[in-house]
Amino acid sequence: MRRVSHPVCRFADSTVSVDAPLTKDTVPGIYAEIDGHRSVWEDTALTLDLSAVTRIDSAGVALIETLRSRVNERGGSLTITGGSKDVLALIETFTVTRDGKRQPRPKRRFFEGMGEQLYTFWQHLGAFFILVADTAFYSVQGMFTRSGMRKGEFTKQCIFIGMNALPIVGLISFLIGFILALQSAAQLRQFGASIYVADLVAISMTREMGPIMTAIALAGRSGSAFASEIANMVVTEETDALKTMGLNPIQYIVVPKMYAITVTTPMLTILSMLIGIFGSLVIGVTYLDLSVGPFMDQVANALILRDVIIGLAKSVIFAWIIITVGAYFGFTVSGGAEGVGRATTASVVTSIFMVILADSILGLIFYFGGGAF
Amino acid sequence: MSIVSVTHLEAGYEDTPVLRDVSMTAEEGAITAVLGTSGCGKSTLLKNIIRLNDAWSGSVRMFDEEVMVMDEPEFNQLLKRVGVLFQNGALLNSITIAENVAIPLEQHTRLPAPVRDHLIRIKLALVELEEAIDKLPSELSGGMRKRAALARAMALDPDLLFCDEPSAGLDPVTAAGLDNLICRLRDQLGMSVIVITHHVPSIIRTADKIVYLSDGGVLFSGTVKEARSSGIEQIERFFREGVKDY
Ligand SMILES: Nc1ncnc2c1ncn2[C@@H]1O[C@H](COP(=O)(O)OP(=O)(O)O)[C@@H](O)[C@H]1O
Ligand SMILES: [Mg+2]
Repeated sequence: MRRVSHPVCRFADSTVSVDAPLTKDTVPGIYAEIDGHRSVWEDTALTLDLSAVTRIDSAGVALIETLRSRVNERGGSLTITGGSKDVLALIETFTVTRDGKRQPRPKRRFFEGMGEQLYTFWQHLGAFFILVADTAFYSVQGMFTRSGMRKGEFTKQCIFIGMNALPIVGLISFLIGFILALQSAAQLRQFGASIYVADLVAISMTREMGPIMTAIALAGRSGSAFASEIANMVVTEETDALKTMGLNPIQYIVVPKMYAITVTTPMLTILSMLIGIFGSLVIGVTYLDLSVGPFMDQVANALILRDVIIGLAKSVIFAWIIITVGAYFGFTVSGGAEGVGRATTASVVTSIFMVILADSILGLIFYFGGGAF
Repeated sequence: MSIVSVTHLEAGYEDTPVLRDVSMTAEEGAITAVLGTSGCGKSTLLKNIIRLNDAWSGSVRMFDEEVMVMDEPEFNQLLKRVGVLFQNGALLNSITIAENVAIPLEQHTRLPAPVRDHLIRIKLALVELEEAIDKLPSELSGGMRKRAALARAMALDPDLLFCDEPSAGLDPVTAAGLDNLICRLRDQLGMSVIVITHHVPSIIRTADKIVYLSDGGVLFSGTVKEARSSGIEQIERFFREGVKDY
């Protein structure tokens, strides 16, 4: 490496003479040296004498430009003297900057920011409902005509959403049933009412936990995959290509998934309910000394068809939420590959939140409108 | 002296060979154009020279050093003198254009911040992208991204610059501007340039030497003039057809 020992500049009046190559390796030292003598030149017409400069590169030119803008700011000017033909030619090549001021991205104030967020929230909500309406329309239309949908997609999605989710939904549900039983057993045992663990788990698995746990697993697995698939297609302009070929992206991509998730989610939910109850049975038998027969009888007595149907209806609503939220964040992606990641994360967080919100609202409806259901 | 010399290089992906036997040289301070139909392995050759792919056999020398036997730190030292413009630009998408150009400067120099900022502007001005300095790559068109990537590749005034299809996606005026720029970098900084391109007008304008790849090997290497009178039908047709859309 070409090392230069400092000082290499001479300062006389407002003239700075540089006696070294001006390259990316020497510029840091030279800049420090010149900067150290700023009182000599900053307010004046600085003359930079390059007679002894044998070599210069773009970092050297950047140094000259930096000095020039510093003197200009204080009303002075910079003149270059000396310098071989080669050095001057290179300065010429690299001096193409117009002294345009950069415009930093505007900073927003707090309330302005809040207002803007509220505004964009409403915009989002509006766009979201348009997407929901489109999806509903094409889903219903698709029941009568198959055209405009991706071929073979329904089966593929059923396998992806349904079959591949079996292990995780099964495992989560087993653990939830197990924990519910364990927690309630500790309380109920004090009253000698251990057998009611069966009622408690049966009812909560069918009405709440089954649908919710299935929905959370689906949001994490299928919803995210779905958002990133669509986002990728948008970023790579595949959706634009679809449009130019006369296909509607919602009809082509979303509707088959809509069908698949509508068919498979109730099945997954039933599975979740059963495995959850099985989890509680394990606790009942090993920890509460109940035997299998009476436990299952108790479960059968506690379960009513209405609860199961409500649970399944909820699971379908959750599935639709997951699909439309995933599609929404996928279609509204911005900012290239980076945006795809953001869209995916946002879709999972939002759909889990919306599922729980919907569950609370449905809970209230079923509770207060109880007679009607 | 040859700045890059490749001998009997054999390379490919998994077990599909792409380059069967490639030997070529690029001279110091010259512009060498690597040509060939798309998919013939030009980008693969580049990736093997800069060790992004591990070649199967053969040898690659850069700056008169055997590249394939170097360890990581040695090779990284060598890469400081090399700039690479990738075919798709390969800008980092989460940061602005200015920050992209700043990466090599921060990695390899200790330039004070104001000088570094001026240098970034100089480089972006050379590719006529000053107005995009604070934009994100996703806010630029393909051709603009290509130019920003070129600004990043030449941030350190590398001794050796690789350009994979620099003029693809550019309008003719900007493309000619880039040719001009590359020639000036060669003449004034003594930069050696290896450029992969299909663009016949720019080959005629700039290339000191061409290397024509075909069928996993080198079909021809020499000057443009020699190529056009080489009597090899494929190469003569390449120039005839390419000049038409000039
Ligand atoms: N990452 C990869 N994996 C497998 N095959 C590849 C990969 N990249 C390129 N290829 C194949 O290698 C061949 C040469 O590609 P490439 O070097 O990119 O061609 P070009 O001359 O257009 O730059 C092509 O047949 C391509 O399909
Ligand atoms: Mg290529």
